[in-house]
Amino acid sequence: MTSNNDFVSLTDVSKHFGSVVAVDHLSFTISRGEFFSLLGPSGCGKTTLLRMLAGFESPTTGEIYIDGAPMSEVPPHHRPTNMVFQNYAIFPHLNVRANLAYGLRYDKIEKAEVGRRVEEALEMVKLPGFGNRRSNELSGGERQRVALARALIKRPKVLLLDEPLGALDKKLREEMQLELRALQESVGITFIFVTHDQEEALTLSTRIAVMTRGKALQVASPKDLYNHPVSVEVADFIGQMNFVEAQVMDVRNGEAVLDATGLGKITAPASSDFVQKGANIIVAIRPEKLILSAERRSDGLGAVQCTIKTSAYLGDRDHFYVSVDGCEKPFAVAIAETGANSDQSLDRQSIVWLSWADESLILLPRD
Amino acid sequence: MNETTIEVSALAPSPKSWGRRLYAWYLRSDALKGFTLLSPTLLVMGLTMLIPFGIMVTISFWAQIGFEFDTTFTLANYGEGVEQPLYRALLLRSLAISGTCAVVTVLVSYPMAYYVAFHVHKHKMTWIILMTVPFFTSYLLRVFAWKVILGYNGVINSGLKGLGLIEEPLAFLLYSPTAVVITLAHAWAAFAILPIYISLEKIDRSLLEAATDLGDGPVKRFLGVTLPLSMPGVIAATLMIFIPTVGDYVTPALVGGPDGIMIANLIQAQFGLVNNWPMGAALAIDMMVVVAVISLLYIWLTRKITEKIA
Repeated sequence: MTSNNDFVSLTDVSKHFGSVVAVDHLSFTISRGEFFSLLGPSGCGKTTLLRMLAGFESPTTGEIYIDGAPMSEVPPHHRPTNMVFQNYAIFPHLNVRANLAYGLRYDKIEKAEVGRRVEEALEMVKLPGFGNRRSNELSGGERQRVALARALIKRPKVLLLDEPLGALDKKLREEMQLELRALQESVGITFIFVTHDQEEALTLSTRIAVMTRGKALQVASPKDLYNHPVSVEVADFIGQMNFVEAQVMDVRNGEAVLDATGLGKITAPASSDFVQKGANIIVAIRPEKLILSAERRSDGLGAVQCTIKTSAYLGDRDHFYVSVDGCEKPFAVAIAETGANSDQSLDRQSIVWLSWADESLILLPRD
Repeated sequence: MNETTIEVSALAPSPKSWGRRLYAWYLRSDALKGFTLLSPTLLVMGLTMLIPFGIMVTISFWAQIGFEFDTTFTLANYGEGVEQPLYRALLLRSLAISGTCAVVTVLVSYPMAYYVAFHVHKHKMTWIILMTVPFFTSYLLRVFAWKVILGYNGVINSGLKGLGLIEEPLAFLLYSPTAVVITLAHAWAAFAILPIYISLEKIDRSLLEAATDLGDGPVKRFLGVTLPLSMPGVIAATLMIFIPTVGDYVTPALVGGPDGIMIANLIQAQFGLVNNWPMGAALAIDMMVVVAVISLLYIWLTRKITEKIA
C-alpha cells in the first residue's frame, strides 16, 4: 500500500500512435480522494491518458501505478477503475436497473444485496424509481446520472470521467457540476476528470493538470493555476489574460524593475529564477485586476493613459477593450457591474487612466 | 359538387386550379409520397404475385378430373394433405432440413460477420463483395459443384482415401439430407452474413468498452452485450434462410437422393407428372401457412427471450 498522496502515480508515461505522440513523458501523482482534472484543448492527449488509466490503451513507455500496484499487466476488466463515458454508453437492451447491476453479475453477490445496492445507487444519483426505464426513455442528464451510478456501484478505487458534462446544456451542466462535487466528497473515491472547459475544471477540481501536445504544462490547484501560472500558455488557457513584453532592468529585494512595452517603467514582485537583469520576459495581468478611472488615481498605483475602443455588457460585469500607445493588442478590462457604477467618462473613444497594483502583475518566461 | 367547390374556394385565399390543389395535397401527405415511391413495386407485386396467388387459392378448392378441373368447391385436397402420411412426412422433413440449414448457416456466418465488423478496418467493402462471390456463378452450377465435391468418387472421398484415412468412400455425403443442408448453407451464406454484419457494425464500440470496464472478459462481454445487440440480425438471417429453403426443390432433387426429397419436389410433381394441380396448390398453401406460423412463433419467442435476459 502507498501513502495517500501518491495513490495514483504516473512515471514517464508516453503513448505513441505510429508517428503521433499523444502523451509525452508524463510524470505526476494524484492523492487518494482527490478530484483531479485533466484540462486541455482537444487533441492534447487527455483522453488518451484517461484510456491508459482504464486499460483501453497501453503506454508505449512508463508505468501507471494505482494504489501501489503497477497496471501494465492488469487487463481493463480487472482494474480497480471504472469509467463514465463521454456518450454515457448506457446498454440499450437493458433497463436502468440491469445497467446498474451489469458490473455485479459475476461478483458472487446475493440477488437481494444487488437489488439493495442498485436502489442505493439510484438514490445517490437522485433517480429513485427509474429502475424500469430504458436508455431511450431518459434525458441527457438522466443518462449521465445512470452512467455515474453504474460506475460507482462497482466501488472503484478510481473513477474516470471522460467529459461527462460535455453534452449537457449550460444550466444543467452547472447543476451537475455542483452535484458531482458533492457526490465525490460523500463517496470519497478518487475522481479523474477529463475536460476542455477551464471553468468546469476550476469549479470542480482540487487539482488540475493543464495539458497541451501530450505534455503537462502545470499541475496545481485551481487557485494556483489562476494566480500563479508558470507559462504564457497556461495563463492564456486559464481565464482571460493580458500580456505585455518587457525587459528586466533591475532585480532587488524580490522586486523587479521592468521596462514594459506601452506601460513604461514598472515594478513587480519577482520570485522566479528567470527574472534576471537584462532578460526579456512577459508581464501578465488579469482583466479584473485592472482599474479604469477618469482621473489619475492618487493612491500610488501603476498607471498609464489609454483610449477605450469597445465595451461589452455581460450582465454581471462590463468588459472594456482599451488601447495603450505602443501596445499592439488592446487590454481587456473587466469591471464588476455594481449598479452604482455608471461612470459617464467610460464612453467609447474617451481617454482615461488604466491602473494596476504591482502585486497583481505576473511575470512569465518568454516561450 | 357545386356546393363543395364554392366552399373550398371560399376558404382558399386565391382561386387555384384542381391540379395545383392536388399537388399541394401531395406535398402535405407523407403517405401519398410513400405510395408514389412504392407504386412500381406495388404494380409488379399486384400483377405477378397477388393474381397468381389468387388463382392458386381458387384452384386449391377445385378437383382434377383427367385434364379438366371440376370447379365445384371442395376441401378434399386439404383433407388429403393432412391425412396422407407421405405429405405430412415430407413437410416435416422439409422443415427439419431447412431449420437445420438455417441454424448451421447462421452459426457459420456469425464468426465471418463478426470478423469483418470488428477486426477488418480497411477495405471492408472488398470483404463484403468477396462474400458474395459465390453468387457470381449460377445456382445450378453451384449445386453441381457440390455434387462433384460430395460424390461417391468426389473430391472429399478420394482425398480422404488418398490420405489413407478411409477404406471405403463415405456414402452419406451425397444423396442425403446432409448433402442438402451443406449445399443450401453454402448457397445462402451471404444472406445470413449481411444482416448479422449490419447489426454488429451498428453496435456502439463504447458499449463494448463499458462492458469491459465493468469487469467483463471477452466471453462475458460477448454474451452480455454483443450477442443480445446483434439478435435482430440473427433473427433476420434465420428467417431469410429458413423461409425460402423450405420451398427449394432444385437442391434436394440434385443432391438429396430419396432421403433428401422435400415437400417442394412433391408439389412440383403435382403440377408436372402427377398432373393434379388442385392438390399441388393445396400443398403449397399448406406449406406457406406452416412456414408463416413457425416464423411468427420464432419472432415471438426470441423477443420473449431477449426481454427475459434484459
